[in-house]
Amino acid sequence: MSSQLLTYIFVGLSFALYIGIAIWSRASSTNEFYVAGKGVNPVANGMATAADWMSAASFISMAGLISFLGKDGAVYLMGWTGGYVLLALLLAPYLRKFGQYTVPDFIGTRYYSKTARLVAVLCLIFISFTYVAGQMRGVGIVFSRFLEVEINVGVIIGMIVVFFYAVLGGMKGITYTQVAQYCVMIFAYLVPAIFISILITGNPVPQLGFGDTLLNSSTYLLDKLDQLSVDLGFNAYTENTKSNIDIFCITAALMFGTAGLPHVIVRFFTVPKVSDARKSAGYALVFIALLYTTAPAVAAFSRVNFIESIQEKSYIDSPDWFKNWENIGLIAWQDKNEDGFINYSAGKPFEGSRPIFTDNTGSQGEREIANTPINDNSNEVYIDRDIMVLANPEIAKLPAWVMALVAAGGLAAALSTAAGLLLVISSSISHDLLKKTFMPKINERQELFYARCSAAIAILIAGLFGIYPPAFVAQVVAFAFGLAASTIFPALLLGIFSKRLNKEGAIAGMLAGLVFTASYIIYFKFLFSELDSSSNWLFGISPEGIGFLGMIINFVVAILVSSFSTKPPIEVGQMVDKIRLP
Amino acid sequence: MSPQDYWKANLKLLAALLFIWFVISFGFGIILSDFLDQFSLGGFKLGFWFAQQGSIYGFVILIFVYVFAMHRLEKKMKNQEEDNE
Repeated sequence: MSSQLLTYIFVGLSFALYIGIAIWSRASSTNEFYVAGKGVNPVANGMATAADWMSAASFISMAGLISFLGKDGAVYLMGWTGGYVLLALLLAPYLRKFGQYTVPDFIGTRYYSKTARLVAVLCLIFISFTYVAGQMRGVGIVFSRFLEVEINVGVIIGMIVVFFYAVLGGMKGITYTQVAQYCVMIFAYLVPAIFISILITGNPVPQLGFGDTLLNSSTYLLDKLDQLSVDLGFNAYTENTKSNIDIFCITAALMFGTAGLPHVIVRFFTVPKVSDARKSAGYALVFIALLYTTAPAVAAFSRVNFIESIQEKSYIDSPDWFKNWENIGLIAWQDKNEDGFINYSAGKPFEGSRPIFTDNTGSQGEREIANTPINDNSNEVYIDRDIMVLANPEIAKLPAWVMALVAAGGLAAALSTAAGLLLVISSSISHDLLKKTFMPKINERQELFYARCSAAIAILIAGLFGIYPPAFVAQVVAFAFGLAASTIFPALLLGIFSKRLNKEGAIAGMLAGLVFTASYIIYFKFLFSELDSSSNWLFGISPEGIGFLGMIINFVVAILVSSFSTKPPIEVGQMVDKIRLP
Repeated sequence: MSPQDYWKANLKLLAALLFIWFVISFGFGIILSDFLDQFSLGGFKLGFWFAQQGSIYGFVILIFVYVFAMHRLEKKMKNQEEDNE
C-alpha cells in the first residue's frame, strides 16, 4: 500500500473518531458547553489538558527547533513544563474553588469591576488568536506534505473538522475528543522515536538512548553530535549559545505564560473537586512529560541522521525526502560552488528569510531559486526547522505506516489545541462580553446560541491566520506566552494571594504589562526587525523573553497603584478567604 | 487546625516546593548548568541533562508531593473540625 493511501486511511479514521465522539458527547446546556458539566475524571482531564496544551508547536516544531538550537532548546523544554508546577500550586485549586466558567469571570468578580473583566477579555482574545494562528498553519503543513493538497486547502479542511466538534460539542465534546487526540498524538510521537533510538543506539528508551553510545561503537551519541556540529562550523550541540540572562528570561516567560494561558486554566474548571484540580495538573504534567522528555532525544537523533544522510551527497543521489520537502518549498538547495554536491554547514545560504522559487530547474534538476547567494560561507542548504519531526521517519527510513501515523499525530496535536483555544475565545465573548456585560437579559438558550456563533466566527478568523501566517509556528506561539505572563498571570496570582489588591491596581498592572510587552515585541519583530539582535535588546533580553520583565512591571505597578488607592470592599476579602479553603 | 493555620501551613509548603522548583530548573538547568557540565551522567553532561531531562522529572515529582501533602493537611483540618463539633 502506498504511503499516501496509508496516510489517508490513518487521518480519515482519526477524524471519524473525533467526530463520532463529538456527536456522542454534544453539549446541551451552557454548563456543559463551558466546563463540561464539571464532571470530568481527573485522569481524563489530565489527558485532555495535555492534548489541549501540546500544540502543533510542541508536536511538529519543538524537536526541530531543539535540534538546531542544541542545549539552548532547553528553554522550551523547561519553560513549557515548569509552568504546570505554578498552575498546580498557585492557581488551579483556587480557581476551581471559585467555580465559575471563565478566567475573566474570576478577574471581574475578584476585582469587582466590569472594566477589569473587559481588560482580561481583551488580553485573552489577543493571546488566544496569536496562539491559534500557529495551529492552523501546522494543520496546513501536515496536509500539504502528506496528502499533497495545497497548504490553504489543508487549513480549510482543518477548520471544517474543528468547526464540527467545537461548535457542536462545546467543552464536553472537546474534552473527550482531546482524550482520543492525546492517545493518537503520543503514540505517533513515541513509535518513531523508539524505532530511531533502537536504530542509532540500540536502546529502546529514547530518553536513555540519547545519552547512550552509538550502536557497535564506544562513542557517546552526544559526543559525536558535538563533533559533527563543530566540524560543520556550528556551536557544540551540548553548549549554550544564548546568554544566560536571555535563557533565564525566555524560560521564565514561557513558564509564567503557561500558568496564565486561559485555555489551560479553564481545563481545571471541569473537574468535580478542588483536590481533583491539583491531581489533574499532576496527571497532565505526566502525560506532557512523556512527550517533552522524548523531544530532546528526537532532536538529537534527527540532527545526526539529517547531517549524515545529506552531507556531501550529490543532489542526484540525495534521498527522496530531501526532494519531497523541496517540492513543497520547505527545503531549498542552491549549488553555490557548482559541484553538484550538497554542502551543508553553518551560515545563511542566501539573502532573504525564505527561498523564492522560480519555475525553472537548475542543472542537477533542483528547483531554482531567485535569492542572491551569500558567498562568505559554503552552506548551500535552506531548511525550514518545522519539518524535522515530520521528516524524521523518512530520514531514518522507517516503514510507510509510521509516517502515516506521524501525520495523524501532528493533526491531532494541532486540532486539539485549536479547539481548546476557540472554546475560550467563544466563551469569553458569549459569557463575559454578552451575558455579563452588554446583554445581561439573555437566557441560557440564547447564550448557548451566541457561544456557538462566536465559536464559528473565531474558527473563520483562525483559518485566515493559517492562510496568511505572521511568522513560523513556534515563534508565534512564543508571543502568546509573553502576553499571558505579563497580563493574566499576575492578576490571578495577586487576586488569590493578596487581599489588598484592588481594581485600580489590577487594571493598571494588566495594561502596563500588556503595553510594555506588546510594544517591545512589535518593535523588534514587526517594525524594525533588522534591529532584532542582542546588542539592541533591553538588558540583552530577546522579544521571546520580554514577557518576564513585563510580568515584573505588572506586579510592581499593580501593588503600587493599589497601595495608593482605596481598599477593596469587605465582600471581596470574604470571597478570597473562601477560595483559599478546600 | 483553624483556617488560618491551614493557610499558613499551605504557604510554608508552597515556599519550600517553589524553592526546589527554582533550584532544579533555573539553578541547575541554567545558572549552574555550565559548571555542572564538568560532571557526567552516562553520556550526558550533568548540566545538559538537568536542562533537557532532569528538571522535567523534578516538576512531576513536585506536583505529586504537593497533592499528597495537601491531602494530609486537608484531612487534618477536617478531623479537627469534627472533634470540635
